[in-house]
Amino acid sequence: MKAGLAAALLLTALALPGAALAADCPQTTLGDIEDEVMCSICGTPLGLASEAPQAQRERAYIERLIADCRSKDEIKRALVAQFGESVLALPGDAGDDDGIEDTLVYVIPALGIVLAGAGIAFAATRWRRRPKAGTAGPAGDSSRVDLDMERYDL
Amino acid sequence: MALLAYGLASNEPDRGVEQALVAGGREPAPDVELPRLAGGGAASLADYRGKVVVLNFWASWCGPCKVESPLLQRWHERLAKQGGLVLGVDVQDISDDARAFVDEFNLTYPMLRDGPGDLRDDFGIVGLPESFVIDRRGRIAAVVRGVVDDEFMRERVAPLLRERV
Repeated sequence: MKAGLAAALLLTALALPGAALAADCPQTTLGDIEDEVMCSICGTPLGLASEAPQAQRERAYIERLIADCRSKDEIKRALVAQFGESVLALPGDAGDDDGIEDTLVYVIPALGIVLAGAGIAFAATRWRRRPKAGTAGPAGDSSRVDLDMERYDL
Repeated sequence: MALLAYGLASNEPDRGVEQALVAGGREPAPDVELPRLAGGGAASLADYRGKVVVLNFWASWCGPCKVESPLLQRWHERLAKQGGLVLGVDVQDISDDARAFVDEFNLTYPMLRDGPGDLRDDFGIVGLPESFVIDRRGRIAAVVRGVVDDEFMRERVAPLLRERV
């Protein structure tokens, strides 16, 4: 009985560090990463390259790193070390500060959205202020009232 | 239309080497320097000037590369006795996978590594494997876009060993 209890305690003690390690592991998944990196030989994001042999090797490599408890950033850095910065699918992921094109990729669409919004707002304002067809403006209304008053001679 | 034309033109592989060979000429091989696959520094094509080099581009994920590797190893052993060698370049590959491939096929010829695939443009590479035969003067003397065979090695590589610088 005592021997059984000791064995159980020993097993628990052995299992605890492993469980703690698993809890400390960053919760990275393959799906998290494969949309943000390229299959460099296919020229598409890894998530879209399902059959290519190089893509399958790259996925296996990512899964090995995940099993190794590597974080998403660490995995991306490891991929850059293997394939160069062109493996990163998102602009600015490389972390270089001198890439103006990485900034422009985000700034230009935002600027486009702002300009388009301003254009729509301007057009809507102009459209609302436009007099409706067949109706006179405020000046026309008052002259018509005057005419009616004269006609009825009140 | 202009963008489409530009896209097609810019993706057209460079076939200057083949054109020069058809015209009876030999273009100088691009001077490239790459890290060694096994680690421990870099090597360049210039380091092998004076030798006949079969520059073989391969990757561990490439099926046909497995077919030609034993033949390349056999020829490397023959060439090495006569001032030649096979020089492998592992392209766009996981380095651990590549080293496992080298071990699996017992490849003893020198191996360089081109992880980003930068040399693809320099040599007009469109697929793997591809091999470029470089003469003792550093000029491209023959090209194989695909798997090399004994006939190619006998007829296009072996005669270069007799040429002097």
